Amino acid sequence: MSVMSLKRPAWLGPFVALVVVYLLFAAITPEHSFLRTQNLLTMGRQSVVVGICALGMTLVIITGGIDLSTGSLVALTTVIVARLLKGGSSPFVAVMVAVAVAAAIGALIGVCVGRFRLMPFVVTLGAMTALRGSAIGLASEQKIDCDPKGLDRMLDASLSAPGIWIAVALAAVIAGILGYTRFGRHVFAVGSNEAAARLCGIDSARVKIVVYALSSTLVGIAGVMEFSTLTVGDPTDSNGLELDVIAAVVIGGAPLAGGEGSILGSVFGALLMTVIRTGAVHMGMPSWVQYIVTGVIIFVAVAVDSVRRRRVSR
Amino acid sequence: MTEASPAQRALLSVSGIEKAFGRVVVLRGIDLALHGGEVHALLGENGAGKSTLMRILLGIEHADRGTMTLADKPYAPRGAGDARRAGVVMVPQERTLCPHLDVVENVVLGIEPAGPFGLLRSGDALELARRSLALVAGEGRIPLEARAGAMSVADQQLVEIARALAQGGKSARVLILDEPTASLGKEDADRLFDRVKALKESGLAIVLVTHFLGDVRGHADRYTVLRDGKVQGAGDPKVVAAERIVHEMLGRELESLRGEAEAAKGGAGYRDGVGRGGASGGGAGTVLLDVRAVAGARKPRDASFVLRRGEVLGIAGLVGSGRTELLRAILGLDRVKSGVIVKQAPRGIGLLSEDRGGEGLMLGRSIADNVDLSPRGPLFVDPRAVRAEGARWIAELAVKSSGPDQRVGDLSGGNQQKVQIARLLREDFDVLLVDEPTRGIDVASKAQVLELLRELARKGKGIVLVSSQLDELVSTCDRIAVLRHGELGPARPTADWDEEKLLLEAAS
Repeated sequence: MSVMSLKRPAWLGPFVALVVVYLLFAAITPEHSFLRTQNLLTMGRQSVVVGICALGMTLVIITGGIDLSTGSLVALTTVIVARLLKGGSSPFVAVMVAVAVAAAIGALIGVCVGRFRLMPFVVTLGAMTALRGSAIGLASEQKIDCDPKGLDRMLDASLSAPGIWIAVALAAVIAGILGYTRFGRHVFAVGSNEAAARLCGIDSARVKIVVYALSSTLVGIAGVMEFSTLTVGDPTDSNGLELDVIAAVVIGGAPLAGGEGSILGSVFGALLMTVIRTGAVHMGMPSWVQYIVTGVIIFVAVAVDSVRRRRVSR
Repeated sequence: MTEASPAQRALLSVSGIEKAFGRVVVLRGIDLALHGGEVHALLGENGAGKSTLMRILLGIEHADRGTMTLADKPYAPRGAGDARRAGVVMVPQERTLCPHLDVVENVVLGIEPAGPFGLLRSGDALELARRSLALVAGEGRIPLEARAGAMSVADQQLVEIARALAQGGKSARVLILDEPTASLGKEDADRLFDRVKALKESGLAIVLVTHFLGDVRGHADRYTVLRDGKVQGAGDPKVVAAERIVHEMLGRELESLRGEAEAAKGGAGYRDGVGRGGASGGGAGTVLLDVRAVAGARKPRDASFVLRRGEVLGIAGLVGSGRTELLRAILGLDRVKSGVIVKQAPRGIGLLSEDRGGEGLMLGRSIADNVDLSPRGPLFVDPRAVRAEGARWIAELAVKSSGPDQRVGDLSGGNQQKVQIARLLREDFDVLLVDEPTRGIDVASKAQVLELLRELARKGKGIVLVSSQLDELVSTCDRIAVLRHGELGPARPTADWDEEKLLLEAAS
């Protein structure tokens, strides 16, 4: 009965697109380099940060909101982790503190959006700028070098890289929450018709607070993954990441108007963008081609979705 | 008044309820008895106090004085949650389902059966929804996995009733239906009442808030009329004559009111001016608009009329009769399914929207910007000219404001309406379609707005006035036609109508 199990699941479109684009590149790349396991692993690794962020963004967009602070929060997280490690903290403590800070920031955004009814776009635009500034300040305007103390192995080049499995597990947990809990139902209800949700006794402000807190917690975890690849704290990192994340969610079939969306769709959306990027590199295409292709995919995704929707509503 | 016989104890009884908002007294001692197994119609014009009374029953408002008892126990809900738990639930007039969720999810919204960690018990949810829907719609009538947004309005309504009952839990005892047939066609309405009958027979006390006398006479066991915050009449609608119920709704003061209206007309010289005479003679009476058998996607279903220069044509109709839809179809805002609209208005047709804040005005912009909004006009705009134009219209229509730069949202309802009218006048349209022009504005502005419409007609415009205020139709129009369930009756001279006749025609 969950929204994801409707007759034609929302993730089907992005899944088909992913398979088609992958096979296309597999067919045309020289020496079948695209088909190798090593390449699949690399693409998986490269999708981890955007993918984890997209999990939270899916929740936010289903409630009818948006979060522009993602990139800045990832950068801030890498800085916090690096500073703590440099100051002698254990990796565990560093990660916990960084994720907790991210969660608190998300809760704050949620309070602004939920309780004070401020526009999510404006609130998170402000957060984006303020968090970027905080990251740069905390890092004293430079990259922080430190001993990663094993955190760099989160996303190493093997199948046993914990980062990939953490991302998969998180996706499963969030999909479970969305599809099989009362809270998940309320997330959809708030985005679909907030007045109706309130009429039925649902505290829509609380739902939003939890959603933004959860989303930023996931961004914090993604920030740890980012640190793992960078192995430094970089306050200027991940500029514009939020747009990739939003694109992944939109390609995944979630309209910005809210009320709909699926975790699986967003994951496929994130993978699709990585495939295009990697494929372009394998083909030796200049990076501008890959940007254009990604842009066209976003247009097509939204257009196909809109046509489907109109047909259903008729 | 309340007819509670000892043999049949009331399920929910209300006595001596009074309520005032500030200095405005809305309810002045209401007594009401609702019985299980009965449909009780609550009638009254807009502003009679029906909604306030319902909100008190639901715990959303609290009475200043008076008591309520539910099943022989004192009943004083502190909020909607309390009322729900006690089994008193309402289906509001506007649809409030989540369009993206399916039927089951909508029915159990907010009361989802869940285990540890909030994990849904979908089997229980399905069962709960199925049980509730079986009661409301009959077994298997509505597919449980259908998306609410893709269902017909009639089916959505049934789902809403099922949701209300499910939320009342096992103890659901009083079901309030607010204008349930307003957005339904005739057949769907009949089908709904079949279900209401089944619910009634299951022992529920059903309150039917409505304007449709036909529904009341066909399906209610008892009625109560509210007017000016008081119970004006009650009884068995199958026995009491419709004329009498209408009389109770409109009140005895009607005669005197009409006298005043006539006097006002005489004073302003409306009836003997160009407006009246113009309709029959000279170039002033040329046809501006000829509407023949027009039907829209849903409403209107069949509307024909002719509008001439110099006249005000009134259209009376209840909520949901298709009034706004008719005007939108004429203007071309909505698709016309069949029929012909001959427009002979060289300067075009303008619409005064009933939804001032939604589509009539830019509330956040200045008076001048609103007046100036037009598809025509020069490529470059001189802000000083816009201000001057704003100032001119403020003077012309006596808009009370601090100047052309004031935000329209800060004006009173009446002055907002004048700004909207100013925009239409500036375009100099030949035909004005005027939808509920006096909604939410004070008495003095009301009179001014209506007088302005008369004056425009005198100057040779053609005006279609849609209003649910029967007195203003009778006082302002040259001819009036009644719209009922999307079908427009013939336009007859105002002298042939009075408010009671209009209401009888519209509500039957």
